[in-house]
Amino acid sequence: MIKDRLLKSLFVSLWLTVLTFPVMVIRVNTIEDTVTWRWGNLLLILIGSYILSLLWNYALERQERGKKVKTNKLSIKIKEIKATFSQSRPMKTSGIAAALLAIFLFPFLTSFYQMSIMNTALMYVMLGLGLNITIGLGGILNLGYIAFFMVGSYSYALLNQAIGLNFWIALPIGGLVALILGIIVAVPVLRLRGDYLAIVTLAFGEIMRIVVENWSSLTGGPSGIRSIPRPAIPGVDLNLIDTAKLVYFIMIVLAALTILITLRLKDSRIGRALIAMREDEIACQSMGINITRVKVIAFALGAVFAGVAGVVFAANTTFINPASFTLWESVLVLCIVVLGGMGSIPGVIFAALVLKLMPEYLRAFSEYRMLVFGAVLVIMMVFKPGGLIPEKRKHYNFTNKDTAEFEEEGV
Amino acid sequence: MGFDYFFKLFIGGMTKGSIYALIAIGYTMVYGIIGLINFAHGEVYMIGAFTALIVAGILSALNLPMFAVLLIAVAVAMIFSAGYGFTLEKVAYKPLRNAPRLSALISAIGMSIFLQNYVLLAQTSNFLPFPDMIPDFAFLEPVKQTLRTTQFIILVVTAIVMILLTLLIKFTKIGKAMRATSQDKIMAMLTGVNVNRVISVTFVIGSSIAALGGVLICSHTGRVHFYIGFLVGIKAFVAAVLGGIGSIPGAVLGSFVLGFTESFGAGYISSDYEDVFAFVILILILTFRPDGILGKSTKQKV
Amino acid sequence: MKKTVLIILAVMLSCSLLFAQGAEEANTIKIGVAGAHSGDLASYGLPSVNAVELVVANINAAGGIDGKMVEVIVEDDQCKPEIATNTAAKLVGEEVVAVVGHICSGATKAALGIYNESKIVVISPSATSPPLTKSGDYPNFLRTIAPDDAQAVLQVDFALNVLGSKKIAVLHDKGDYGKGLAEFAQAAIEGSSAEVVLFEGVTPGAVDYSAVINKIAQVGADTVIYGGYHPEAAQIIGGMRAQGLDIAFIGGDGVMDATFIAVAGDDAEGVYATAPVDTTSNPIAIQAAAEHQAAYGEDYGAFFLNAYSAALAIVNAIDVANSTDYDAIMAALKSEYVQTAVGNISFDERGDAIGVGFSVYQVNNGTFAQLD
Repeated sequence: MIKDRLLKSLFVSLWLTVLTFPVMVIRVNTIEDTVTWRWGNLLLILIGSYILSLLWNYALERQERGKKVKTNKLSIKIKEIKATFSQSRPMKTSGIAAALLAIFLFPFLTSFYQMSIMNTALMYVMLGLGLNITIGLGGILNLGYIAFFMVGSYSYALLNQAIGLNFWIALPIGGLVALILGIIVAVPVLRLRGDYLAIVTLAFGEIMRIVVENWSSLTGGPSGIRSIPRPAIPGVDLNLIDTAKLVYFIMIVLAALTILITLRLKDSRIGRALIAMREDEIACQSMGINITRVKVIAFALGAVFAGVAGVVFAANTTFINPASFTLWESVLVLCIVVLGGMGSIPGVIFAALVLKLMPEYLRAFSEYRMLVFGAVLVIMMVFKPGGLIPEKRKHYNFTNKDTAEFEEEGV
Repeated sequence: MGFDYFFKLFIGGMTKGSIYALIAIGYTMVYGIIGLINFAHGEVYMIGAFTALIVAGILSALNLPMFAVLLIAVAVAMIFSAGYGFTLEKVAYKPLRNAPRLSALISAIGMSIFLQNYVLLAQTSNFLPFPDMIPDFAFLEPVKQTLRTTQFIILVVTAIVMILLTLLIKFTKIGKAMRATSQDKIMAMLTGVNVNRVISVTFVIGSSIAALGGVLICSHTGRVHFYIGFLVGIKAFVAAVLGGIGSIPGAVLGSFVLGFTESFGAGYISSDYEDVFAFVILILILTFRPDGILGKSTKQKV
Repeated sequence: MKKTVLIILAVMLSCSLLFAQGAEEANTIKIGVAGAHSGDLASYGLPSVNAVELVVANINAAGGIDGKMVEVIVEDDQCKPEIATNTAAKLVGEEVVAVVGHICSGATKAALGIYNESKIVVISPSATSPPLTKSGDYPNFLRTIAPDDAQAVLQVDFALNVLGSKKIAVLHDKGDYGKGLAEFAQAAIEGSSAEVVLFEGVTPGAVDYSAVINKIAQVGADTVIYGGYHPEAAQIIGGMRAQGLDIAFIGGDGVMDATFIAVAGDDAEGVYATAPVDTTSNPIAIQAAAEHQAAYGEDYGAFFLNAYSAALAIVNAIDVANSTDYDAIMAALKSEYVQTAVGNISFDERGDAIGVGFSVYQVNNGTFAQLD
């Protein structure tokens, strides 16, 4: 067995070494007309891929085994601990209290930089939660989601420039504008299914960005809008660090609101209709649910959260231009939702924090940052396709006692 | 005057269309077989171009005739890209065959990012000049201002590839296996088709064509960069969807529609909104034909 | 798997908290370098890092400034405004006295919001967007490169007076820098003896620009002014020459790059570009080039001399002012002249450098050569 594994990995490693030979070992510079050979890389790939291949196959095998039988002592112990935690009242309350305390104290214990990156991460948490409604609950793949974020940002920036709109009033307005846009986009998108729908949303996202980019007289074009006022409490003079704290609390409140709305949505009729639509559109329709209405709701609701988050983004960065709202950003939010586990709120939060904070903490390795990011995405999906914290659907446990009753009644 | 301008834009549209087509074919083949948007396809195209560059760089010391360099570079690039495509499938897509579709999509995106940065780090972040490997044809000399040899070759190659592929799919055993697998994977398995092999072959063919495209297109544009795959990839994918994803003639048709839209839109209206025209056409076509121009309207069974 | 990830995250979080309350060192002067150090614009940002590190190494070898050693803190912003704000926050947290950066105008605009309030001197070697100094919104911002409106005026001047252009096609790459430059050029042409026959943007990364090139031929332009970077410029000039369009092409400093000539090949011959005045014969510039070669084994890249000069200016100002106080340094920068790799410069009240300017270059036998 072991020998097979070692041999298999040897083949893999040799294959990869040959495959990557041109790119890794030979460097051609056509500007200076030089060809450099880096044999050191050859060894690196040979040995590195051998080890990685061993690890990879081992992990895959473990995953296969894990699926079948979960009698491993450690996993049983973990299950027990989890059970005691979630079932015991005092444990649960104290756990929640501790978490709330940590969240509240965070800005007072950390530096400006830490808060700054946490604020950015929180904005993506909100974006993730918003897209979660569209994709996670509704099953509609929106590849142009960041356009709603952009619309929220620009509505604050432009209205502030034009009529001096206050940040606090801009928050709901940004959401409203995004909502209207969401409804407008949803209309032509309704007839399409699956990947066609995804492509059309991508098209809309790009169209909006390019229009904003070119319509210089209205939006400032690629030079963007600068000197956007930060959030402020009227009458109170806040310095930079205090403003960051304010933004932090605003984001916490907004994120909490989003979570609340999502939770309520899941349990409501509309929420169940969304999930039904995600699972099987035709069955859903035959149950009498108006698919059109439900799709528009899924789209528009997701859009609102992005719009509001966009207002905060504009106020926090004080400068926006279309280059911050490209396809790449939409893809990032998509990754957050899928990585976290579609439909799962803790998963999305966790994934947003990880995907946004990791690059900041790994600043030292910034050259390899994107390489690692790509690899992490692949690895995460291969080993945990359901996401980091997959959605837990409500299920009812029948004990033997319950079924015994039914059996007695002859059902 | 009017017609001359129109004709020039037409040639430009043809060029763009054939460029997108060479890449769109790969997207559509993979999607047809396993229902996955192979985000990393653009990167395979880019790696093909880089490989050709490297080969040409090594051969430059040997003073071979241009034609020989072209052939060797194309052959090597195609082989290596096929290898990358094959490996890509085995590593990032095969384990996810039974997973939710979005998970496979994210894996594809991850692979795309990984390959881009792999080339960036292993090579350079600069734009590198790409030698024009296509020798100039004498008979095109009089029209070379309207139709360059590179454009001509790309057009001809696209046509040949399309014909060859259609023949392959219609008349060969592997083609039949591919059609079967794309219709119903499980039934194909039950009738004895080695589905794993068919999928690998699909990736290999798609990737080789992308590599071929990479060499030709970079000879035309004169430069190569680690990011080119992503930019062209999105357009090519849009073209494939436009024409009806899963259908090879559809991918080619969609590519030309896209190419002409961009060219005429830029030429007659404004180059500022070039991409907007492309996307608007996409939305319009999908509104009236939700499965793309040549898409097979998949009736959903209840 | 999940557990492991959580543990790693917890460890990292606690580590970062620890580092957040880092030890205060009163004996070093910290200078930050911010810009694109990764991603596709890295080649514009990395040379500045080298420049500042070389200057600081020299200073430290000579005993530091007033006995205090200088430390360089390098932070990446990938030319993205939202990351630039975090970068700025980090540098502010590290208590830097001055920052050389950022590289891209957009990122600079975002980051300045933070530096402004924290009273930190910012000198950019490459951010050429005019509002950065002309608007007056950023009193703490200076730059060692002339702004784009000056560049555009030079381009138009050259076209009108030297080339005798009458019908000018102005193109751009729809980016902040490129479109800005093009718009200034357009403004300069309007009201003059020439007319703008075409004003359009091209999409960076497109596979074929023949539509726009056909348009240029169609409207009968005799000159093209292009605002943007060298990859697109090389494509456009290649397409122009291939289609037999032999008219003059004037680019900006984004076009003046060895890669442009390498990619465009023979088509690059005769192309004009405006760029900072050639100061490579300046003694400090020669010395800087030698230092770079010795330390890094290759020639320096974009904006190296500008960043080198910025660092020299900062170090000189701290020395002259004998303090690291913001107002003192600012006053020194705006009143003192300092010998740098780009000349003997000082800064005016708005922050633009006095003593730097642009000049016109032309590709001659495979290299850019300064005209007049």
